[in-house]
Amino acid sequence: MPVQLKTLIPLFAVFIILFLIARHFLIPDSFGKYGHYRANSIDEIAALPINYAGKAVCIDCHDTEAELLASDAHAGLSCEVCHGPNAKHADDYEIKEYLIKQGTREFCGRCHSLNPARKIEVINQIDIKEHHPEKENCIDCHNPHAVWELKE
Amino acid sequence: MGTKRMNASRRNFLKKSAALAGTILATSALAPFNAIIFAAGEPEDKTKIWYGIGIDIEKCIGCGMCAKACKSENNVPKEPFYYRSWVEQYTIKNDGSINVVSPNGGIDGFTQTVPEEELFKTFFVPKMCNHCAKSPCTQVCPVGATFESPEGITLVDKEYCIGCAYCIQACPYGCRYLHPVTKTADKCTLCYHRITKGLKPACVEVCPTGARIYGDLNDKEGELHKFLKEHNCQVLKPNLNTGSKLFYNGLSAEVR
Amino acid sequence: MEHLYEILKHVDGFIYPNEIELQWGILIILYPYITGLVAGAFILASLERVFKIKVLRPTYHLALLTALAFLIVAGLPLVSHLGHPFRSYEILTTPQLGSAMAIFGFVYLWYLMVVLLLEIWFDYRYDLVIWSNESKGIKRRIYKILTLGVTDISPKALAWDKKLGYIITVIGIPSAFLLHGYVGFIFGSIKANPWWSTVLMPVIFLLSAMVSGIALVMFLYMVVSWIRKVKIDMACLDEIGKFLFMVLILDFTLESLDQVHRIYEAEESFEILHMLVTGKLTYTLFIFQGLMGTIIPLLTLGFFRMYLPKEKLRKPIYFLVSCLVLFGVFFMRWNVVIGGQLFSKSFLGFTSFKLGMVGLEGFWMALVWMIMPFLILSFILWLLPPWKKHSEETV
Ligand code: HEC
Ligand code: HEC
Ligand code: HEC
Ligand code: HEC
Repeated sequence: MPVQLKTLIPLFAVFIILFLIARHFLIPDSFGKYGHYRANSIDEIAALPINYAGKAVCIDCHDTEAELLASDAHAGLSCEVCHGPNAKHADDYEIKEYLIKQGTREFCGRCHSLNPARKIEVINQIDIKEHHPEKENCIDCHNPHAVWELKE
Repeated sequence: MGTKRMNASRRNFLKKSAALAGTILATSALAPFNAIIFAAGEPEDKTKIWYGIGIDIEKCIGCGMCAKACKSENNVPKEPFYYRSWVEQYTIKNDGSINVVSPNGGIDGFTQTVPEEELFKTFFVPKMCNHCAKSPCTQVCPVGATFESPEGITLVDKEYCIGCAYCIQACPYGCRYLHPVTKTADKCTLCYHRITKGLKPACVEVCPTGARIYGDLNDKEGELHKFLKEHNCQVLKPNLNTGSKLFYNGLSAEVR
Repeated sequence: MEHLYEILKHVDGFIYPNEIELQWGILIILYPYITGLVAGAFILASLERVFKIKVLRPTYHLALLTALAFLIVAGLPLVSHLGHPFRSYEILTTPQLGSAMAIFGFVYLWYLMVVLLLEIWFDYRYDLVIWSNESKGIKRRIYKILTLGVTDISPKALAWDKKLGYIITVIGIPSAFLLHGYVGFIFGSIKANPWWSTVLMPVIFLLSAMVSGIALVMFLYMVVSWIRKVKIDMACLDEIGKFLFMVLILDFTLESLDQVHRIYEAEESFEILHMLVTGKLTYTLFIFQGLMGTIIPLLTLGFFRMYLPKEKLRKPIYFLVSCLVLFGVFFMRWNVVIGGQLFSKSFLGFTSFKLGMVGLEGFWMALVWMIMPFLILSFILWLLPPWKKHSEETV
């Protein structure tokens, strides 16, 4: 064997072995359990905290509103569409700072303002400026939960 | 792409090559044609849950609540450059021009400025990760930081991602962004942390009209199967063969 | 994030909301540019060695050392652009083999360790031994270490140097093709992006790499000769010019073919790409890359094939041509990398790109990356001056 290779081969072998050792320690534990990724990351993602508690949870405590809501056109809506993400409130009802209670023309208009892209079969629309302008807010007339329960 | 498939292929390898070729030919010829297969490829395990999504464009009213809820639920930066889910409004005028808008991803709602008499048609298209079965984004990840979970959800491991942004380039639907704080790729997880707790994804939860559904594509009795059966569904950019598992009802040909 | 709000104002038409920011900026332009220079310079060196084109002898070592200097830098812009540079080792420990980028680490190491370093080592071993005896102090130490303790300079050992070096060069040619063809594949394999996704991309990258590498060696050979105040070997320069001309023709043909094919097939993406090319890329594509980087050098070098003007005239022209080609190929990379991200994948609009001056992704930083290989090269040339080699007559 040529003298050059007598030095080079061991040298490269050392490099490769060092690399393999380093590799062994650098690969995370759960890597490759299910596929070419860190299996633990799935659990980490699954363990992230939630912000929206879900309608079912709100209903547990707020049966009056729930019944009202279910009785009318807004039955399909989730509480948190209007009240904002409230997992914190659902955990501890004293926490109310994230609760939104909006019944303004602008807010209801997000869904109800006129837009030709909205199908009338899906949602009834009104001109939010022209519709009963005598009262300022929508909830001055409509009950947000049972919308046809008009206040007068 | 779990170990299961690896083992199977290794076992196959041991068989005689002629027999192997024969089996492959026979199975490919015999495999029943499946409409969903064409679009989405095949689940890894037909007995387990394999998520898909359905969006009914006819029902979408463009309130943008889904896009808004998505940001709140997943703590996505509020700046108007990062979206896991957003809504587009298409406006096609009588003169044939197409105008698409998505102001702040639709989070602040939409207005239609084109007068009705000039309108040919207009509609909303909610967008989100397609959770492709043949994801071009996971294919290009150099380190295995983004992957398809066993349930068919494309996830990103933010502890492992090196932030090369190659996956962002590879996504044909523009569903990924580089998170400005973690400096890693980020995207829709179909609210993995919610659905594993039995909750609906945030966008589905808040949708007022039920335009969004999600479910198990393996469940022949499930809601999603019913949706696919009763509607003529289409996926985005079918020519790219990404195996998209996001099915749109009423998707117009203009939509990209 | 201020700059993103600024860009938001300059968006044309509709883009997906996540597409405002260009993910790959100037650093990712430099990466294929610099690797291209490496591959090109190396291929020029191999021409001399493997294909025995003796006139190129004066540039052989220079080309090799240039390749080394640029290769050392090649990966750095790529790594520094990462969101998490310190996680880059993952590319080596858990490469996801389905990804073109994952192989980068290995291709790079292979090329650096097995091809370039070994070839240079075999080539210089004899001199290293001699120099380590002749020089003093720190330099002597360095030479000693570089010999790796192999100090045998018997004719038999030297014959082995030659033989092994030759084998490495032969391995090196496909490796150089691999190195750069694969960089093209990184772009060419992205089916989501019609501007990138073409089978020709690796070939185009390879050819433009050769063009730029040859031009770089031409440029450096002239500069180094001027600095050393030695006479430029015109036969060698003409030969390099000839090769540059040949590869330029190939490169030009293929790039045109690619565009013609695009125009003729006129797929779904045609309209948006047409707007891109005639809009945001007009200057960089038609003027910088096309006219200055390709047409003018082509015509000049082609003219030289028919009529060789006087030496005094030819030298500055060669110099100019090499600069133009280097400039043009840089903008070829620019057009690929930036162009591919300017239009929306919805094919309905454009975002915009403005090169910042400061910051990691800015102009100054890019300039630093671009100057660094030249500094490294000067160091290597000081350490291993090809013109002081003893073995010249024996090889
Ligand atoms: C553990 C039981 C519980 C759950 C679950 C719960 N709440 Fe409450 N919530 C309460 C109580 C008790 C109050 C009244 C607190 C008070 O008046 O101090 C309240 C008050 C409210 C109010 C009125 C606040 C005000 O300012 O008057 C709203 C709106 C509300 N909840 C919405 C929700 C929504 C939406 C959910 C679902 C995410 C929910 N709640 C879940 C117990 C609950
Ligand atoms: C269409 C939007 C909307 C939906 C959906 C909705 N709410 Fe409300 N809710 C409101 C508004 C607006 C108010 C404030 C009413 C007011 O100030 O008079 C309110 C008030 C309340 C209050 C406080 C009542 C009070 O007397 O102060 C509670 C509790 C509440 N909602 C619970 C719920 C629950 C539980 C649900 C789901 C079952 C729900 N809401 C769904 C809009 C909504
Ligand atoms: C997130 C969207 C959304 C918001 C916000 C919303 N609504 Fe509705 N609303 C709906 C939907 C969906 C229906 C059901 C339409 C149907 O079934 O035809 C509906 C139905 C109604 C109806 C009955 C229309 C009919 O044809 O029977 C009224 C009235 C109404 N909403 C008033 C309001 C008011 C007042 C507010 C503000 C407090 C409001 N809505 C906020 C989505 C919304
Ligand atoms: C002054 C009381 C009043 C206010 C304020 C008011 N409404 Fe009404 N709304 C009515 C009455 C009464 C009707 C019954 C039909 C009619 O008169 O148009 C109605 C009907 C509707 C309908 C059904 C329309 C249809 O054609 O059937 C919707 C939707 C609606 N309102 C939404 C809203 C929204 C959204 C707002 C806030 C922008 C609002 N309303 C504010 C009194 C009011």
